[in-house]
Amino acid sequence: MTRTPPFRLPKGGRLIDRAFQVPFRFDGRHLRGLAGDTLASAMLANGQMMMGRSFKYHRPRGPVASGAEEPNALFGLGQGGRFEPNQRATTTRLLPGMVLRSQNCWPSLDADIGEINTWLAPMLPAGFYYKTFIHPRPFWKHLFEPVIRRSAGLGRAPVDADPDRYEQAYAHVDTVVVGGGIAGLAAAREAAEAGGSVLVLEQDRVWGGRTPVDHRGGQGVIDDLLADLRGRPNVTLRRDTMATGLYDHGYLLAREALADHDPNLGIPRQRLWRIRAGRVITATGALERPLSFACNDVPGVMLASAVRDFIVDHGVAPGRRIVLVTNNDDAYRTALIAADAGLEVAAILDARAEAEGDLPQAARARNIRVLTGTGIAKVKGSRHVEGVAICDQSGEGKPNGGIDCDVVAMSGGWSPVVHLYSHCGGKLIWDEAQAMFRPDPDRPPLGADGRGNVSAVGAANGDLRCAADLERAEGATQPVWCMPAQAPYKLRAKMWLDYQNDVKVSDVELAAREGYASVEHAKRYTTLGMATDQGKVSNINGLAVLSTALDQPIPQTGTTTFRPPYTPLTLATIAADARGEAFQPLRKTPMHDWHRGHGASFEPVGQWRRPYCYPRAGEDRHAAVTREILAVRGGVGTLDASTLGKILVKGPDAGRFLDMMYTGVMSSLPVGKCRYGLMCNENGFLMDDGVVARLSDDTWLCHTTTGGADRIHGHMEDWLQCEWWNWQVYTANLTEQYAQIAVAGPKARELLERLPGSIDLSPQALPFMQWAEGDIAGIRARLYRISFSGELSYEIAVPAGCGLQLWERLHEAGRDLGITAYGTEAMHVMRAEKGFIMIGDETDGTIIPQDLGLHWAISKKKPDYIGKRAQSRSHMTDGSRWQLVGLESLDGRVIPDGALAVDAGRNDNGQRKTQGRVTSSYFSPTMNKPIAMALVRHGTGRLGQELEFPMPSGEVLKARIVDPVFYDKEGSRLNG
Amino acid sequence: MAEALAQVARVEGLGMVTIRADLARAGDAIAEAAGLALPEATRIVTDGSRSLGWMSPDELLLILPAPETAEAVAALTGALAGEHALVADVSDARAVFDVLGCDADDVIAKLSPADLAALPEDGLRRSRAAQTAAAFWRIAGGWRLIGFRSTADYLDLVLHNAALPGSQLAPR
Amino acid sequence: MLCLTCPCCGVIAEETEFQPGGEAHLKRIGPGGSDVEFEAYLFARRNLRGVHFERWRHAYGCGKWFLAARDTVTLQVYATYPAQTTEPPQNVVDAIRAARPDWTADWTSDPHPERNSAE
Repeated sequence: MTRTPPFRLPKGGRLIDRAFQVPFRFDGRHLRGLAGDTLASAMLANGQMMMGRSFKYHRPRGPVASGAEEPNALFGLGQGGRFEPNQRATTTRLLPGMVLRSQNCWPSLDADIGEINTWLAPMLPAGFYYKTFIHPRPFWKHLFEPVIRRSAGLGRAPVDADPDRYEQAYAHVDTVVVGGGIAGLAAAREAAEAGGSVLVLEQDRVWGGRTPVDHRGGQGVIDDLLADLRGRPNVTLRRDTMATGLYDHGYLLAREALADHDPNLGIPRQRLWRIRAGRVITATGALERPLSFACNDVPGVMLASAVRDFIVDHGVAPGRRIVLVTNNDDAYRTALIAADAGLEVAAILDARAEAEGDLPQAARARNIRVLTGTGIAKVKGSRHVEGVAICDQSGEGKPNGGIDCDVVAMSGGWSPVVHLYSHCGGKLIWDEAQAMFRPDPDRPPLGADGRGNVSAVGAANGDLRCAADLERAEGATQPVWCMPAQAPYKLRAKMWLDYQNDVKVSDVELAAREGYASVEHAKRYTTLGMATDQGKVSNINGLAVLSTALDQPIPQTGTTTFRPPYTPLTLATIAADARGEAFQPLRKTPMHDWHRGHGASFEPVGQWRRPYCYPRAGEDRHAAVTREILAVRGGVGTLDASTLGKILVKGPDAGRFLDMMYTGVMSSLPVGKCRYGLMCNENGFLMDDGVVARLSDDTWLCHTTTGGADRIHGHMEDWLQCEWWNWQVYTANLTEQYAQIAVAGPKARELLERLPGSIDLSPQALPFMQWAEGDIAGIRARLYRISFSGELSYEIAVPAGCGLQLWERLHEAGRDLGITAYGTEAMHVMRAEKGFIMIGDETDGTIIPQDLGLHWAISKKKPDYIGKRAQSRSHMTDGSRWQLVGLESLDGRVIPDGALAVDAGRNDNGQRKTQGRVTSSYFSPTMNKPIAMALVRHGTGRLGQELEFPMPSGEVLKARIVDPVFYDKEGSRLNG
Repeated sequence: MAEALAQVARVEGLGMVTIRADLARAGDAIAEAAGLALPEATRIVTDGSRSLGWMSPDELLLILPAPETAEAVAALTGALAGEHALVADVSDARAVFDVLGCDADDVIAKLSPADLAALPEDGLRRSRAAQTAAAFWRIAGGWRLIGFRSTADYLDLVLHNAALPGSQLAPR
Repeated sequence: MLCLTCPCCGVIAEETEFQPGGEAHLKRIGPGGSDVEFEAYLFARRNLRGVHFERWRHAYGCGKWFLAARDTVTLQVYATYPAQTTEPPQNVVDAIRAARPDWTADWTSDPHPERNSAE
């Protein structure tokens, strides 16, 4: 039969407001719904049953469900940055002006070229994808892969940035109840009476779950419970909030929709709740299962509960002549409700031999034809249901009649929503009587105290009758996994289990025949349950088929693992506020704004932003770096070194402690002096370096690399707290207390002497590797005469709040000296010109200081330091380790960082053997030629030898091994 | 436009001194030099313009008007002479914010995983605010939050975002 | 995501406020140790299912390192205790035994005795 309007019923619809029409667009067509509609109900009210196409065969698809489990009715929603793919029509509220796009079809939903896959179906069996891997090989590369790649993925990813805001919040409660139906609300009342805070989450906008639809007087019971709970100060009721995942120790994630209904509210669209609960009660209800009969995927075949939901909630008639097919009493409610709404119920096909419960009796009393022991042999129609052929349930599907209809309402029984219970380890048991997996109360998820912290109530616990009218006794459900029971292959190949992924009964049977006996393997092989509904509709039916095929009971087959999220979360919700400027903390030095005002080009160093260089008008970065280096070498420059770690180490045992931390000796450092130190881990590998200053008899200040400050402070505290806890040492990380400015260049002293101050800067009073304290330009300062550039250089530490002031005073005073702010790249090049190593360039976590020729900084006399034992292991001491050398390019080209020096011969994989690699490489403006540092096997003994560096392009760069100190080998420039 | 959940304001002019010592042994000397009672573990004592917070089993933080800092450092150093102790001025390492308003709790609850209900009236909680270390405690009308100077702009941003008008945590 | 109680400050906090530090009660082997001992100290870890002693730092809190006795299967936290000890104190052992009567105290034994004895 054909579908006939009106599709909106003249009355009813508890959630809609007929006074408010809502215009929207679907694939370019202008349609109207009502306030309170979901997308699905609005589409149905417009007579649009077909809402999408399946993934593999592009079969026409209409909605099968009315809630979060819907696998078919998925739309691309919105436009531009607000476009979202795969939005479930059954749970998305209709808003004025909404733009819906059908998915998985081209050029249009009605005329889809991919539909040809339906006819190719016999050639696209389960595991087709995997079989294409096998043979013939060229087919994969040239035929299958390009085609599969083009058709992979459901829906389109949005192209523009999401303009909406999202946020997150933490909640701590004694009890969280997930689900605001009758069981959840009752459990919440009980928990609230016992005391403690109670949070109730409801996924929908309205409370009550199925009760108001399924039970006369149900709304009243819900309203009473809500009134009671609202009066309790220890109860919080939160609706529009979907609990998506339950994790260890009572950690529950939930998404609250704040402004999904109005993007212009100016508040965050969604909020991710991070809830920590002492006890979790899942009252998540149950989902109805489809029945497996031939062509059960034709649009118009719907779950019985969905049919009555659309009628009761939205006043929408999915069709005007309904055939109900069931294996239980509950589905009869749909027939009664449909009849009440003035729709025709052509027949009730009950697979059971008899149906004598109150509900079937009530249906018969309404003169509805009930055919027991009967099933559907086949659904007629392609774009929508036109009728059914009926048959004996026990037979092979020989039709013994036909019934015209435009909707088939089916019910295969109910499955508790056990997802949250299973997410973090709760086990399930098979309930034979009700043919369902339900939570095993003896094996719940455990809390930190080792006791169960999750329990299920109501339908989620398998108690399907928790809200049923007491006077209505229901007959037993009879499991029906195949309709008819003896259906031949031809019918089984048309019985859909997973609607979205086109997995049929015959596919699961094929998987079993091909040896996929494990339910997890069968799932991957067939893609059963891998669609966006994650098996909510197909799981139990699929594993029942697998069990039958394997000839074993269902509990022996078991179920696949339920993993979060229960329903998809957008990445924006998970990121919440952490996007744009707030993506991650961006650490700024006290001089940050000056750098920005002077055109600094920044680079990230950990979370810090440091000026890489300061390009002027017309300069690129390379030109700026060159200018900065020449300015320092020829005059004076300033570097913002505030990011260097500064850790104060104090106490009677501080010297002894630092002797363990560093490879060198720090205890012997005289007060007033500085010493370069290397820090290794217990593996012996170099992890940090820096200058240590002894401030007083019992106090040292340790400088670390920019990235190392927190890590090294933690490392020190680890050894102090966990190994040498009797040693009297305190540390304090003072990194951010001080701004530090390196003033470097032959005119550095001249510049500093121009500022009023109390520190004697003469070489006699302040020689290299000493520090002094005093006032500079009226600011209390500590001045270290140390150098990372090879030039006369000072590092000045002042309280961070005075950093900018000192920086500006230096630049004023040095204007005629050509004072130049230089960035990290100039610093890097200058240290390389001097052959100084850089943590992270010359080291990569596998390099010991000995590799870098730093023996002078390693004490031979100390009995122990962190890393010493490791450095005596055989592999650390054998002569074949790569050693640090300099490289001189033979043709004047810069060798790329990381380039490998090849050796004679090939390894087992046929690749050229290597004998070294470039660790730092620059064009040196000072030397006016390329310079590089490299780690090379036996490097220090091979000065003058040439190495070859093949490039990806095929050409080979050549370089000569030289001493790594390129500039001022005598060190005379340290004195200006 | 609705009101922000709370007013977020950077607080300037505070000095801070880190004190590390054996609190059981040197607690009295510290309390006397700081001019405040010694706080219990995880608490903060406040008296007029000064506060003394418990930061760890061997660490306290003295918060006071900035001009008094140098003198306090000297007094504490003197009081702890002969003790194994560390006293350091950390005033410049910190950024301080006040979060004041009737929904100030919501602002903190969006940023820190700490259970605010479990925090005593005079509790000082070291935790994180979004992705950066922070400590906070109750003051009249809301919260005071301290973090690191380098992340001041980040803290300012996430605090303001969390206080966005209309984004109260109360169920709607 | 775990919840742990820091034994140094008493604060109950979630995992993101802590920094993990691997297996606890390792005995440091310094320059005097043999290659076999040192290798075991540096690399050999029990990585077992069941009772596990581990190091954590209350990184976003009081900054102290502490130790936890935790079940790697059930995630039950039997106890947390200060790091200044070479072996679990009696009250921790008791707490484990209360939940796992069959557990044998074995934090000091070599995780790979068979391999080491072969060398």
